[in-house]
Amino acid sequence: MSHETKGLAPILEAEHITKRFGRITALEDVSMRVHASEILCVLGDNGAGKSTLIKTLSGVHPPDEGRLLVDGEPVRFSSPRDALARGIATVYQDLAMVPMLSVVRNFFLGAEPTRGVGPLRRLDLREGEVVVRAELQRMGIELRDLSVPVSALSGGQRQALAIARAIHFGARVLVLDEPTSALGVKQAGIVLRYVMEARTRGCGVILITHNPHHAHMVGDRFTLLNRGRCEGTFAKADITRDELIRRMAGGEELEQLQHELRAS
Amino acid sequence: MSARTWLARPELGVVAAVVAAWLFFAVTAGDSGFLTLSGTASYLAIAAELGILAAPVALLMIAGEFDLSVGSTMAASGMTVALCTTELGWPLWGGIAAAAALSACVGLVNGLIVTRTRLPSFIVTLGTLFILAGGTIGTTRLLTGRTQVGGLEDAGGFGAAQKLFAGQIGPFSITLLWWVGLTALATWVLVRTRPGNWIFAVGGAPDAARRLGIPVDRVKIVLFMTTALAACLVATFQTVQFRGTDVLRGTGKELEAILAAVLGGTLLTGGRGSVVGAACGALLFGMVQQGIVFSGVDSDWYKVFLGAVLILAVLLNSSVQTRAAEARR
Repeated sequence: MSHETKGLAPILEAEHITKRFGRITALEDVSMRVHASEILCVLGDNGAGKSTLIKTLSGVHPPDEGRLLVDGEPVRFSSPRDALARGIATVYQDLAMVPMLSVVRNFFLGAEPTRGVGPLRRLDLREGEVVVRAELQRMGIELRDLSVPVSALSGGQRQALAIARAIHFGARVLVLDEPTSALGVKQAGIVLRYVMEARTRGCGVILITHNPHHAHMVGDRFTLLNRGRCEGTFAKADITRDELIRRMAGGEELEQLQHELRAS
Repeated sequence: MSARTWLARPELGVVAAVVAAWLFFAVTAGDSGFLTLSGTASYLAIAAELGILAAPVALLMIAGEFDLSVGSTMAASGMTVALCTTELGWPLWGGIAAAAALSACVGLVNGLIVTRTRLPSFIVTLGTLFILAGGTIGTTRLLTGRTQVGGLEDAGGFGAAQKLFAGQIGPFSITLLWWVGLTALATWVLVRTRPGNWIFAVGGAPDAARRLGIPVDRVKIVLFMTTALAACLVATFQTVQFRGTDVLRGTGKELEAILAAVLGGTLLTGGRGSVVGAACGALLFGMVQQGIVFSGVDSDWYKVFLGAVLILAVLLNSSVQTRAAEARR
């Protein structure tokens, strides 16, 4: 399964990105790229620079050094709206949803379909329901009642709704911020299925996670981030799950700890 | 809609309370006039004025903000109408236009300060409450030497204004029509338009709303202006009806409006609520205030009753909501 299609530029590429906050270097010389129909997992522990990376990719922080390329063309995002306009959509952990609003209303929040003109312009919720139902079906989700508040959905369904929304509004690259972190095993599995569904539909996915088990299940390539630096990128064929876990956990340090625990 | 959806409606508590209050007074005060047409008209008139304030106050609270300056905006705009006509000799409509302009400015300033400084609106509008109340007393005393201004009936255009703002339809006050109309309009805006969707988002998840490109600040500013204009409208009703006004008119109305909105299921923290609920809250308020009079109890006690009903209604609302939310899982 090679997604490194020759001659096709990656949708999104980061080249030698460095980002500092005062005297703290959050990211140093980080490079990565994602193609269409590919899942790139960015793995890192707390403080590895994952959130800074997300914010740089999504247009919140411009990088101090290095550059971003979309379709092989250098770009400079001055806001998340800029990034979104180029098809880079970020799904944050809060999912940008209003818990007490219905599924349909959340789906279209800020971009509501309307009918009528002038002062009689009003929401077209019926049209909205048709669209949402179709989009959710393409993700393989069946919701009986789309007028229930989002707070009534399961964590996995909510995540799926956010992904479906991003794709519907033109995402070509999905940046997912720890989509499985707050979920139980079963719900996390459901979410990973939707992530793969997004790949099938042609999206480039950047899955940011600290969970090597989840990453290895769905990822095509893996970039390891440690203290703001890239510790290498591996294709799935080149790295086993155990190796990924070992590198993630700081390898030798963990083995050391295991020895100490056993000794005591 | 399933039974469970109905149980989760924010208005449920207040509708139950309205029915209970009506039954209670029908039994205890039914033979002393509560059930007559004029008795009904008397509490509907109180509910109408409060309801017109409570509708925009509910919208503002759903968007996550408070407006405590409603009462003193009433005093200021009522006095503007009165002073423009009696002191400056303007026709009544000129005075009303001036009052509307003044209150729109008050709302704009409230909104700008809240959105620019990110200070809690509770504090900002508490400040404007005092500034407007003091300014109204100061200006009125400076110009007239008194704190009450009357004699509006001599102003040009009074007849037409009286029909529109203080007329009667049979035993009922015309303000009832205003109330129903404005409640319907506000409900439509809230549940059927894009800005309505934004109001929920602004109060329920402000960061998300901003990220999705919703003009959060503009929504809030427009809502602050709407509450101020509603205060001006109610002040105009009263000023025309009494042919004059007092610097203290409207005192405490801001809390009554919040009470009506909360009785109606609007969350203090924003993100949830209903205009119809706020209207029912106002209706409950009027019913209790007049019902106590009809039942022969000293009317000084009605606030005790209202406060207790407030706490009960909110308790009922939150417990039903919790159960409805659990049932879904």
